[in-house]
Amino acid sequence: MIVAAFPQFFAPYDPLAMDYVNLLAPPSAAHPFGTDNFGRDVLSRVLHAYTIDMQIALFATLFPFLFGTTVGAIVGYVGGATEAMFGRVVDAVITFPFLVLVIAIVSVLGPGLMNMYIAIGVVGWVFYARIVAAEVKVQKRLDYADAGRAMGYTHARIIFRHLLPNAITPAVVYWMTDMALAILLGSSLGYLGLGAQPPAAEWGVQIADGKNFMATAWWISVFPGIAIVITGLGFSLLGDGLAELLRGRR
Amino acid sequence: MSEPILRVRGLTTTFGDGALHAVRDVSFDVMPGEVLGLVGESGSGKSVTLRSLLRLLPAGGRVAGSVCWHGRDVLAMNEAELRGVRGGEISMIFQEPMTALNPVLPIRVQIEENLRAHTKLDGRGRRARARELMDLVGIPDAARRLDEFPHQFSGGMRQRAMIAIALASDPKLLLADEPTTALDVTIQDQILKLILELRDELAMSVVFVTHDLGVVSATCDRMAVMYAGRIVEEGAVADVFACPRHAYTHGLLGSVPQAGAERSMLLSIEGTPPGLARIPEGCAFNPRCDFATDICRRTRPRLAEMSPGHHAACHNAGAVAAAGSPVRRAMRDG
Repeated sequence: MIVAAFPQFFAPYDPLAMDYVNLLAPPSAAHPFGTDNFGRDVLSRVLHAYTIDMQIALFATLFPFLFGTTVGAIVGYVGGATEAMFGRVVDAVITFPFLVLVIAIVSVLGPGLMNMYIAIGVVGWVFYARIVAAEVKVQKRLDYADAGRAMGYTHARIIFRHLLPNAITPAVVYWMTDMALAILLGSSLGYLGLGAQPPAAEWGVQIADGKNFMATAWWISVFPGIAIVITGLGFSLLGDGLAELLRGRR
Repeated sequence: MSEPILRVRGLTTTFGDGALHAVRDVSFDVMPGEVLGLVGESGSGKSVTLRSLLRLLPAGGRVAGSVCWHGRDVLAMNEAELRGVRGGEISMIFQEPMTALNPVLPIRVQIEENLRAHTKLDGRGRRARARELMDLVGIPDAARRLDEFPHQFSGGMRQRAMIAIALASDPKLLLADEPTTALDVTIQDQILKLILELRDELAMSVVFVTHDLGVVSATCDRMAVMYAGRIVEEGAVADVFACPRHAYTHGLLGSVPQAGAERSMLLSIEGTPPGLARIPEGCAFNPRCDFATDICRRTRPRLAEMSPGHHAACHNAGAVAAAGSPVRRAMRDG
């Protein structure tokens, strides 16, 4: 991961440099992951893509996490009609497959990373809000929430200072998983040509690039694929670790 | 006699669109520096009464009547005024210190939250005050313990921390909802002593909800006995213990085991308190009462003065008084 975080120091070649002498070269000492159909070094591209894919993981989930958590906390605390209304919004969103919704929005906005973030943000916050709302609903019935009211704290203070720290753990864990999913989604959209645009190095784009050469040059698609798997696994483990840590504090 | 600091009149708390009366027409005064005990079985409405004073009710609860605090009616206050009173002027501690403390915030933060809400102290002032409060409630090694979490505290220490939070902004009235029920007997005693000491030190009054008559005799100046949402007897603790005027109080006192006395039958009150939806006609206690007569089944007795400062709502107060107190002097004296 450290190696991948600073591709400019470690990557042996410029990810965009083409080498027409070495088209579709299999893995070798000079190109450990081989080269693609434009003679670009696959290893260098996989490493450079890490930065973009991390950006996707972070930016595609940060807004949903923050906004969803805030909305969820308020909805869970207020309850009643607000909650019922929120429930209908959730229903409306989860009726459609996530990817279909995102693709629809991206097609309207036009392809590109920024629009992809917007599309994922518009849909994704609902899931965080639902998780946090459910948790806050449980927490607000506990004595310490009553105690907060008995001490004369404002509603905002009770929600964000007292209830949220107790309710946020599942959302944080989901966030980590979601980062892994966001990379997959980013890759899927990249593959479909709706996310990062070629020639930028992005794992999904790379896999898409390689799909025509699967039979002859498997390395173009397989190495970025492995990178996705490893990163996704990393985030999942990170999420588990965080959950363990947050639970330990109680 | 000085003016009462809290004057409760006709307090009535209902749930579910007025269908269930948890508290009916309850009136009492709290004098400065006084400890008032609210006593009764589970479901008698004592905790709901206490919470109603600060309008701390679960959804669907409605409070009527008046709760007069320093000339202002708590029940008529707007949200902002109410927040100022809650925790600042009238504070509350709970039965279960484990759940009433926030599990993920260090004690320091929880004390400072109260100070932030009710005082103008800056960060440094709050820190210093939190330290002081820990000393005040007798938590040793305050500097270190302030940064610990509630789960690192023992039950007694948690209740002390809860008290420190409740008293942070110098309230003049402390509402205590069975604060010792969840604790070991020895710890109970320490906490009760602490509350009494703090009462003297901070010149505040305390309303103490409990079902434990031992606690009442050890801590309270006056007591009000509740049954089925109403106060059935009220007076100075010594008077009530010496000469109960309501059959229910008589039964309650008879059901307390007494150490040091020769062995005698432990009396119990047969049956259970009525459900809120099915309160019997007449005196609510009549189906369980040994003294019940015809009138008890027809009309509800009114709270009447039996002797100065001693009220009871019992048709047969004379007969109950004649039966004498089931409590031996030994217990009354301590």
